[in-house]
Amino acid sequence: MLNAIALLFVLQLVGEVSARSMGLPVPGPVIGFALLASLLTVRPDVLLKIEGTARTILAHLSLLFVPAGVGVVANIDVLADNWLPITAVLVLSTVFAMLVSVYTFLFVERLARAPEGTQDG
Amino acid sequence: MGDPAKIWSYLTTEPLWWLSCTIVIYLAADQVSKRVGRHALANPVLMAVCVMAVVLWMTETPYWRYFEGAQFIHFLLGPATVALAIPLYSNRSTIRRLVLPMVAALVAGSVAAAVSAVGLSVAFGLPEQVVVSISPKSTTAPVAIGISDALGGLTSLTAVLVILTGIIGAVIVTPLMNGLRIRDWRARGFAVGVAAHGIGTARAFQVNEVAGAFAGIGMALNALVTSVLVPFVLGLFL
Repeated sequence: MLNAIALLFVLQLVGEVSARSMGLPVPGPVIGFALLASLLTVRPDVLLKIEGTARTILAHLSLLFVPAGVGVVANIDVLADNWLPITAVLVLSTVFAMLVSVYTFLFVERLARAPEGTQDG
Repeated sequence: MGDPAKIWSYLTTEPLWWLSCTIVIYLAADQVSKRVGRHALANPVLMAVCVMAVVLWMTETPYWRYFEGAQFIHFLLGPATVALAIPLYSNRSTIRRLVLPMVAALVAGSVAAAVSAVGLSVAFGLPEQVVVSISPKSTTAPVAIGISDALGGLTSLTAVLVILTGIIGAVIVTPLMNGLRIRDWRARGFAVGVAAHGIGTARAFQVNEVAGAFAGIGMALNALVTSVLVPFVLGLFL
């Protein structure tokens, strides 16, 4: 478990340092994510050492958003003054983004598949 | 014996109290969510945030004091983002075959999210600072906060708007996709990851492991795209 935690922390750290030193617009954890994906490709044996702990963290991903979400109490004035437009923007924009994304995925997937003649019913 | 008021004032100034509260309330919310068969409306983040907010309000605790304890949980968002590489790696053969649809859905979804968020906010007459704060709403919290900060938004408001977006996406995705008869777990997961980041991803993992893996990729890739895209979209509207 400690191995896994150390690896995740260190990869995030490398990500943060490289983002800052190279002035990348990409956040450190996302670089760490890319680094871990590359590491696993080169050294598949690492997977066994970290998989259990990583899956435990991911199974409770929801917990990690609670502290930021509770920030609602610190912003209650802005939210109360603008609750209707904010709610409308969040709902409409999120549904719109999901629909655009899901239909683009399905459409391009079908296009890419069509020449091979492997469409299913 | 000790004065209860003194013990209380000691507890509320120690990180341990609010840290424990957050974990226990989340576990209770997760139990409720399990009891009702992971019903979309019984979102554990939504329930835990509401209960926690009421507790803070009743005890007149300022958010910064709460966050002194809760920051230890918040901190784990970074390592958890790194850990998303594991479902990505485990599903690599499926993913390799789907690079094209994923790139297309990523670009289309990220642009749709940023343009509609900024465009609608301007159309509805929201104050400029709120528009900036809402612009990276579909991106994972640590990334969105960084973007908002760089562009002059209110970071704590961005954090809340991001969480609300995630909750909305997580609550809507299952009935929406079922209603539209979309049964492709890869497409469903990817879309919710792009539109509703980590909370959408957490929801996807509850429903289906493949959907969860694709959601994780959608979320991570969206973080890359949105950091570049949002300044440009804001420039168009403001």
